[in-house]
Amino acid sequence: MTNRSVPTTGDLVAGALKGRRLDVGGFVLVVGLLLALLISMIVLVTLIADMIQQGLPVLAERGWAFVSTPLSPDAHDAGIVQGIMGSLGLMLFVVVIAFPVGVASAIYLEEYAPDTRLTRFIVANVRNLAGVPSIVYGLLGLAIFVKLLGGITGGRTLISGGLTLAILVLPIMIITASEALRAVPMAIREAAFGVGATRWEVIRYQVLPVATPAILTGTVLTIARAFGESAPLLLSGAVLSLFFASPSGATLWDFVAHEKYTALPIIVFNWARQPQKEFVALTAAAIVVLLAILLLVNATAIVLRDRFERRT
Amino acid sequence: MNRIDAQPTSGASDTDRPLVFDVQGLNVFYGDFHAVRDVELPVRQNEITALIGPSGCGKSTVLRSLNRMNDLIPDARVEGQVAYHGVDLYGPEVDPVQVRRHIGMVFQKPNPFPKSIYDNVAFGPKIAGVRSGLDDVVEDSLKRAALWDEVKGKLSESAYALSGGQQQRLCIARAIATRPDVILMDEPASALDPIATLRIEELMFELKEDYTIVVVTHNMQQAARVSDRTAFFTVEVGEDGTRTGVLVEFGDTSTMFTNPSRKETEDYITGRFG
Ligand SMILES: Nc1ncnc2c1ncn2[C@@H]1O[C@H](COP(=O)(O)OP(=O)(O)O)[C@@H](O)[C@H]1O
Ligand SMILES: [Mg+2]
Repeated sequence: MTNRSVPTTGDLVAGALKGRRLDVGGFVLVVGLLLALLISMIVLVTLIADMIQQGLPVLAERGWAFVSTPLSPDAHDAGIVQGIMGSLGLMLFVVVIAFPVGVASAIYLEEYAPDTRLTRFIVANVRNLAGVPSIVYGLLGLAIFVKLLGGITGGRTLISGGLTLAILVLPIMIITASEALRAVPMAIREAAFGVGATRWEVIRYQVLPVATPAILTGTVLTIARAFGESAPLLLSGAVLSLFFASPSGATLWDFVAHEKYTALPIIVFNWARQPQKEFVALTAAAIVVLLAILLLVNATAIVLRDRFERRT
Repeated sequence: MNRIDAQPTSGASDTDRPLVFDVQGLNVFYGDFHAVRDVELPVRQNEITALIGPSGCGKSTVLRSLNRMNDLIPDARVEGQVAYHGVDLYGPEVDPVQVRRHIGMVFQKPNPFPKSIYDNVAFGPKIAGVRSGLDDVVEDSLKRAALWDEVKGKLSESAYALSGGQQQRLCIARAIATRPDVILMDEPASALDPIATLRIEELMFELKEDYTIVVVTHNMQQAARVSDRTAFFTVEVGEDGTRTGVLVEFGDTSTMFTNPSRKETEDYITGRFG
């Protein structure tokens, strides 16, 4: 009576659970993704290694003098202090203008503005503005800050350049801050309203503290983006020359108030155009300094985020 | 028209306590959507009033109209009368912020602030301007919420480290801290395990000594166990498919559960519904 060909429950379960099928599609996808990652890493590492290799002799030979001496047509004396000071001054403008205006705009759009067609139109256009090529902002800066408001900004000054960069990053600032605010759970707002908080108290005491790490990270990364910009500065008045008189003092403010300025990416761009062989190494060295500063800025962003996240 | 009208169940006690809420002809809309229609609801002092009914029948909507939380939903519109101790809650001079200080709320999912236990409880009194004696307010609120013994040694730790049931009791403490008169609870135990649920129910029982409680629940046993009065809502489907919440029956909980006067109520209570 016992029919051996009838499988037991155990056999059926074993048959269903055992036996690995080869997931070819998944395998190909993972290999493809890894390959893509590998290629981008190789390109990046090669570029950085190449720059360090070329620039290191200059940095080793000149040491601190490279970053503390002014520009010079003589490749053996040329330093980048004006570029560093100029870039720092520009970032000061970005932080002082784009950060508060951007965060305030985001708070308005996310927390106060009614969801009307006008609001959505504005939000859509902020996104569009973030995608406008930076050279267009350069033209805008030239037309408005250098020409139209030249009486106030002094024309082709660091003030004009700083304002141009601030306007350039403002849409990105608004978007990152908006996203940070939107990521705060509605339940937290409801809870705060539920104990009788006003809208501002809800934002000030509950929403902003939660959104701050993301807002700060976004801000720092935005600053890093502005730090590397050169095209808009070329149009809005940065000095593109192998040599110009450095301001008399040494403080940052002297550089801001000085009527001539340049920035680190501008120096890189300018040196890279020079035919002399010595400038190739100088360019690489300036790039290494630029990258080091960007790395520092990004590390700051990570530390800031971690610090704030651990507090909650 | 086959509309369902609310009917008082016979047997309402004649020793009625004072009215805290007197809701008359309440209609709530979300944009064009008519969410609840013609609700009449008396809520009496130091009682637990339970709102029951199937999902989507407008229990939360009615509850949120009692402390003007619906104001926060941009296209929500409330019509009719919500009298609170005789004052029209939707009167032109009434400030919804003040309303919510008197009528606290506990939500379905525990939603503590991502801050310390202390700061969670102290937030309400702080923004209400309480400067001195904050420690006492926090301690007293946590004691009333039956959480003090579990957290007294770690008030500065994050509220997120607490269990779900503890978080919900923290939210109750947070609501108590503003010294409200009414506590609204929207399915306060639906995200909790049976033991934590029981603790919340015991707590509600203790709290009604000092507060008036309106609780939304989809748990029949819970309504039967804790509440003094029950309002049963259902969804009325119109000919064009619109779903509007209506109040079917309101009355003493004991009567509602043993001798409901409406067939719909009986079906729902005995589980023959949806
Ligand atoms: N913010 C809102 N916007 C639009 N419709 C809503 C909103 N909140 C609830 N509703 C609708 O109103 C009806 C009643 O919802 P609700 O009061 O949450 O019911 P319940 O709490 O009884 O499940 C449902 O049909 C729901 O989809
Ligand atoms: Mg609900």
